[in-house]
Amino acid sequence: MVYFLIIISAIFVNNIVFSQFLGICPFLGVSKKIDTAAGMGAAVTFVLTLATVVTYLLQKYVLVQFHVEFLQTILFILVIAALVQIIEIVLKKISPSLYQALGVFLPLITTNCCILGVAILVADGTWAGKVPGAEANLLQGTVYAFATALGFALALILFAGIREQLSMNKVPKAMEGTPIALLTAGLLAMAFMGFSGVV
Amino acid sequence: MNKPMKTLTNGLLRENPTFGLVLGMCPTLATTTSAINGMSMGLATLFVLVCSNVVISLLRNLIPDKVHIPAYIVVIASFVTMVQLLMQAYVPAIYETLGLFIPLIVVNCIVLGRAEAFAAKNNVGLSALDGLGMGLGFTLSLTVLGAIRELLGSGMCFGMPVFPEQYGMLIFVLAPGAFIALAYLMAGVNKLRKRMDA
Repeated sequence: MVYFLIIISAIFVNNIVFSQFLGICPFLGVSKKIDTAAGMGAAVTFVLTLATVVTYLLQKYVLVQFHVEFLQTILFILVIAALVQIIEIVLKKISPSLYQALGVFLPLITTNCCILGVAILVADGTWAGKVPGAEANLLQGTVYAFATALGFALALILFAGIREQLSMNKVPKAMEGTPIALLTAGLLAMAFMGFSGVV
Repeated sequence: MNKPMKTLTNGLLRENPTFGLVLGMCPTLATTTSAINGMSMGLATLFVLVCSNVVISLLRNLIPDKVHIPAYIVVIASFVTMVQLLMQAYVPAIYETLGLFIPLIVVNCIVLGRAEAFAAKNNVGLSALDGLGMGLGFTLSLTVLGAIRELLGSGMCFGMPVFPEQYGMLIFVLAPGAFIALAYLMAGVNKLRKRMDA
């Protein structure tokens, strides 16, 4: 049951884009077509889940063990950058078709703030405060990270669908480009606010 | 205008990080619930920008080309950690409200973007000015956005009540208001810019 709550909370109630404001750059940058949005969503899901597991273990068995928690930011960003490189190399070797689909997005992911953000939330255990009954352990943290990434993919694909339609409409000159995209995101965020209180 | 002056004002107006380059959107939207919060976030980013620009500019001939991105990230992450510890010690209340977004300065595209686009190619003095200009531009836009949201959302300005207590459009303090306020502000800036060019 608690896993179900975590998943609903991470995808809908506390959606990473619309209520936590993480990953806005790719959200605005690669949301012009549904295909690319789906590719980015899949790449983020893959990297975010893996990165969370690795950083959680590092936090627990290295940083806390040696009392050097203040190195968290430096260590995590380096680990994520290295991990993205490794994933790129491994994918190229093992599954060229998957690499073809995700390849372009992988280098962009290092500086996607939702990866580092979720890694810190899970390592510090602060995410568990938003879900009743959740514990900040590895399994639940990983489920949370995976569901958060799904929420990111959902937001990205929804937004891309709307933008595809929007590109054919006439928009006031000053609102063209980013402003109208932000306004659309605002309305979507309002819709997602309807989920608050569900969990 | 001479070159140092041009570098400084470039970030403030023409290439303003928020309205011109549309970089660093996450902290812009997340931390501008009030003018003070927006300004603190802007100043923290300003500190990191100036310091990392100076150090990267000093090291620009020593860092091998192949590893320049990881090297820049280490420099930036070190300064972010310093800001984190300083804020924790001296302004714990603001540190609590900004929370996650302080460590996330590392992945703010403005910082790495300026290191790559400016500090790696220019001397120390100019790089410091560029960081200062960009940082001030970022602080300015965050403060303005924060002030607008605070005024509309809770009827206050920098924590001082402006409207009667019954007033309040909570939506502007919540998530959707961030998107909507920034959208209209950006449209207004676009309009102004067009008028200035014409």
